[in-house]
Amino acid sequence: MALKKKELKIGDTYTERVVEDLKRTQIVQYAGTSGDYNPLHTDEIFTTKVAGYPSVFAHGMLTMGMTGRMLTNYVGDGRLTNYGVRFTSQVWPGDTLDATATVEAIRSEGGQNLVDLSITTVNQNGVEVLKGTATARIDA
Amino acid sequence: MTAKRFPVESGHILMFARSIGDANQIYYDAEYAKKTEPGTIIAPPTFVQASAQFDPDYFLRPKIGEPWFGSGKEPTGIKRQPGGGGGGGGGGGGLHAEQHYEYHRHPRVGDVLTATVKPGKTWEKEGKRSGKLVFSESITEYRDQNGELVVTARGVGVRTERPVDQK
Repeated sequence: MALKKKELKIGDTYTERVVEDLKRTQIVQYAGTSGDYNPLHTDEIFTTKVAGYPSVFAHGMLTMGMTGRMLTNYVGDGRLTNYGVRFTSQVWPGDTLDATATVEAIRSEGGQNLVDLSITTVNQNGVEVLKGTATARIDA
Repeated sequence: MTAKRFPVESGHILMFARSIGDANQIYYDAEYAKKTEPGTIIAPPTFVQASAQFDPDYFLRPKIGEPWFGSGKEPTGIKRQPGGGGGGGGGGGGLHAEQHYEYHRHPRVGDVLTATVKPGKTWEKEGKRSGKLVFSESITEYRDQNGELVVTARGVGVRTERPVDQK
């Protein structure tokens, strides 16, 4: 499952559709498992009438979690050494998200082969909702 | 998030994986996991965020007998709103701007983690879509039952002057 240094090259990409037509129910599920019960994510009345947003929206961490699935499917289980993101735009119910990892560098550190990746997740309108980087251990 | 005792439990990992739409067997099937490189059920990369469940004071969870700012009879259960609504890994109200994890190893079922939070930098920026932005950073160290560092997390929260403009 793990990536191999000899088979990788800079510029390689891997993309997955991480959600199609995001449902409010999935956002509720994520609130329940993460423990972040902020009404902005699950309470349409509070969010529209008090907070002033057009609808509830996803936790940034739900987008990071879904994007993480693309990453672990690409690099293998237990292989990540770093994963970091910026949330660049909000994610709304109904959104469809595609997450892409791009190989930026292939290197060795302390006898360990590593790959550095840039990450971007975009919605159905091509708007980037998450931008980040990750590093993973790879095989020779 | 501060949690004195964050037990990494298989049922919690199963439900967390479902909520992020991840059907990977390594998150729920112990027999399958045995044959993988980690050799056991491990947690998905963003799982430590769920330590909020084990933080007794976590402010984004309704608490018994205390007012809650979500809707009931009225659109909000309290009179005055904290900024745009609270949230985020960086601590304080507002939105979650950034999250970074460094994995020393990946948490596995049976670990009992301790989360210790240290405040980081704060800075300000003028935003086009939401007025003045105040960023604040926090560093959370997750250590295991042996005191070994497992994950270092750096979160950045942002308070906005007004809701983010959608145009």
